[in-house]
Amino acid sequence: MTIATVDAVPVEVVRGRGGGGPAPTRTVVAYGFWIFILSDITMFSGLFAAYAVLSDRTAGGPTGSDLFNLRNVFIETMCLLVSSYTAGLGALSAERRQRERFLVFAAFTFVLGAAFLYIEISEFAGMVGKGAGPSRSAFLSAFFTLVGMHGAHVTSGLLWLVYMVAQVVAKGLRPHVLRRLLCFSLFWHALDIIWVGVITLVYLMGAR
Amino acid sequence: MLGKLTWAAIPFYQPLPLYAMGVVGIVILAALGVVTVKGGWPYLWREWLTSVDHKRIGVMYLILALIMLLRGFSDAIMMRSQQAIAIGGAQGYLPPDHYDQIFSSHGTIMIFFVAMPFVIGLMNFVVPLQLGVRDVAFPVLNSVSFWLTASGALLINVSLVVGSFARTGWMGYPPLSELAYSPDVGVDYYLWLLQISGIGTLFAGINMVTTILKLRAPGMTYMRMPIFCWSALTSSILIVVAFPILTATFAMLLLDRYVGMHFFTNDAGGNMMMYVNLFWAWGHPEVYILILPAFGVFSEVIATFSGKPLFSYRSMVLALLAICVLSFTVWLHHFFTMGASADVNAFFGIMSMIIGVPTGVKVFNWLFTLFGGRVVFRTPVLFSIGFMVTFVLGGMTGVLLAVPPVDFVLHNSVFLVAHFHNVIIGGVIFGALAGYNYWFPKAFGFTLDEKWGKASFWCWLVGFYLAFTPLYALGLMGMTRRLQHIADPNWRPLLLVAEAGAVIVFLGILCQLMQFYVSFRTRESRRDLTGDPWNGRTLEWSTSSPPPAYNFAVLPRVETIDAFWQMKRRGLARAEPVYEAIEVPRNSPIGIVIAFFAVMSGFALIWQIWWMAIIGLLAIAVTVMVFGWSENREREIPANEMARMERARLSFGRPA
Repeated sequence: MTIATVDAVPVEVVRGRGGGGPAPTRTVVAYGFWIFILSDITMFSGLFAAYAVLSDRTAGGPTGSDLFNLRNVFIETMCLLVSSYTAGLGALSAERRQRERFLVFAAFTFVLGAAFLYIEISEFAGMVGKGAGPSRSAFLSAFFTLVGMHGAHVTSGLLWLVYMVAQVVAKGLRPHVLRRLLCFSLFWHALDIIWVGVITLVYLMGAR
Repeated sequence: MLGKLTWAAIPFYQPLPLYAMGVVGIVILAALGVVTVKGGWPYLWREWLTSVDHKRIGVMYLILALIMLLRGFSDAIMMRSQQAIAIGGAQGYLPPDHYDQIFSSHGTIMIFFVAMPFVIGLMNFVVPLQLGVRDVAFPVLNSVSFWLTASGALLINVSLVVGSFARTGWMGYPPLSELAYSPDVGVDYYLWLLQISGIGTLFAGINMVTTILKLRAPGMTYMRMPIFCWSALTSSILIVVAFPILTATFAMLLLDRYVGMHFFTNDAGGNMMMYVNLFWAWGHPEVYILILPAFGVFSEVIATFSGKPLFSYRSMVLALLAICVLSFTVWLHHFFTMGASADVNAFFGIMSMIIGVPTGVKVFNWLFTLFGGRVVFRTPVLFSIGFMVTFVLGGMTGVLLAVPPVDFVLHNSVFLVAHFHNVIIGGVIFGALAGYNYWFPKAFGFTLDEKWGKASFWCWLVGFYLAFTPLYALGLMGMTRRLQHIADPNWRPLLLVAEAGAVIVFLGILCQLMQFYVSFRTRESRRDLTGDPWNGRTLEWSTSSPPPAYNFAVLPRVETIDAFWQMKRRGLARAEPVYEAIEVPRNSPIGIVIAFFAVMSGFALIWQIWWMAIIGLLAIAVTVMVFGWSENREREIPANEMARMERARLSFGRPA
């Protein structure tokens, strides 16, 4: 921290009680983005609550066990989790200013994320084809909204990744690019956390 | 091509709003004309519209709140007049269709576009100054927040002339707000404009939390923060945790209405009470989002004008944090009549009483701060004392409503209406007006007129009691809320008293406008040359009034609570520092550009003009990407330039 700037203040005040003066930009940016992720998770909590309330309101239509294919869910989960791992490796490479390694890991992350989306969209398309679209029952409304909202986040994450790769290629791994990459990493890992909630509440509990 | 939009959307059959908007339109055009003739656009664009200075943005929030207060109040006085006239055989002057829109827009405007911008504006203006720093954590995001809020306010006014507003009340409960029962665009206006302004509010909350937790002057530990910053922190935490719930809830209702989903419908398994639960899971924290900063204002005002430190600062902080947590455990008291089990109702009833305890602690702290102090009875103090009496009464009727059996009798009666106006006017509005009077000299460099200020306080106080005490009685007599016509002529006298109260509140608002006008005319004689007109205690008074764009040339060193008070006592406040180069954020048009496209896409989504919505949303994405590519968002002011500006500003070295 910036202890050097607080020479007029006794040291014991600075330690641990927030007396160290304004935090460096990198800390402020990551912290602010982290708060945003918290708010995003709260938004998901509303959708989770709605799903929990409506999951047995099938209105005579198909139930989760009729529709869910756990094999596909396992594959897409693996895609997303491994993409998070490669994103982490990419972040480490970026911190070490290893541009090529970063680009390779970004490519892996993108492909795995896109595979996740492909599986999800095929699942949705299959369900709609069977007449189990979002307006069939309250259960399906909640399912498509919760899972679809996560999918929308993954989509925007992929677009963001492409945009960040463009910045890295055009500008190099400069401090402000690194700060934005840090935010992207936080976002991408947060999508995993939400997905763990989704597979547990929606697929594992719903496929019984 | 234009979706649902046709000429039928203009309500020629309802002349009243058209006349009103005609007048407003002429005023706006005249104002724009004056600006154009005087060549004021470059100044406005450079200094205000694209400004990312937290002080300018704070002032713009307050201007928005005051303008929308006039709009919301005109709704209020129309309702009071209708209820005072339409009794027995008389039908009044507002048809039900119009009346329903008025009570819906009154609530929506007063909560989202008066109270919210007022408290967020105060936080924006005051918090960085009190923390002894130069701006909020994300200055451009701050501008985006403001302009998104303004976009919502614009759209709600558009609904007056193009189409109609919701007839569902400000909560928009389904199934009434579902497509089957509200097929026109009213509910869509409500939902989309609140989604847009809600995103703005969320960003403001994130910004404020980050600012308070990560950007404070050196030495300002948590327990040395001014109490208003604590109140802003707790309020902002609640914004971050509560507003996304509202966003999710409205998104579900929008999906019901636009794609035929079944979250809250009567058929296909939907559950309308889920909306009510989710709405109040946001809605109850929301009332604390509004009141906590007001508590902060009163704490500052009372300590300053008593010339004493705040009594028991630590218990004040603890009370704020306790309320912050407890506010999420009481939402069900808004609908005990839902039919939850007695145990559930008992839990929420008891929690609702417990949450009154920290508030009680605060009231005692304020009283003990006043006790033994040399109290200067200026306008902000009057508002604070008026608040203490009024808010305690409102709190007690709240505890009454928290008893489930009582609530079953009083649910949706005007007793409830009286209760929440009691706490919102007596708490939030009095707090906002106290803060306005207190920090006005800091913002503009001259004090506000006391005579008109006090007149305005007395009108607000008397008008409030006259307008709402009768509603308590009427509620106990069985009058339900939102009545367009009153069948029982026995209620007439009390309704006339309430009408008189509303008129007196209107006089209070007029006094306020008069106060501003008189103060502005005599501003030369009421200049605040010291930067410290009230003998203040916190750091915002240590810089000049108005402060320079960078607030503090050198960040203050904080060694105690009430840092500026200590500096004054030690004679450190006026020593000239050693100047260093600083960085200040550059102006950015991002906020106003995003707001332009947000209004465009919002309007298009309401009227289902899909091509326009797509263009608007893409334009927002492109704007964000352009900004996301940029660098050099700050510019540096070199040390010698700082020294020159500061010496010119403060006239150091001149004989005192």
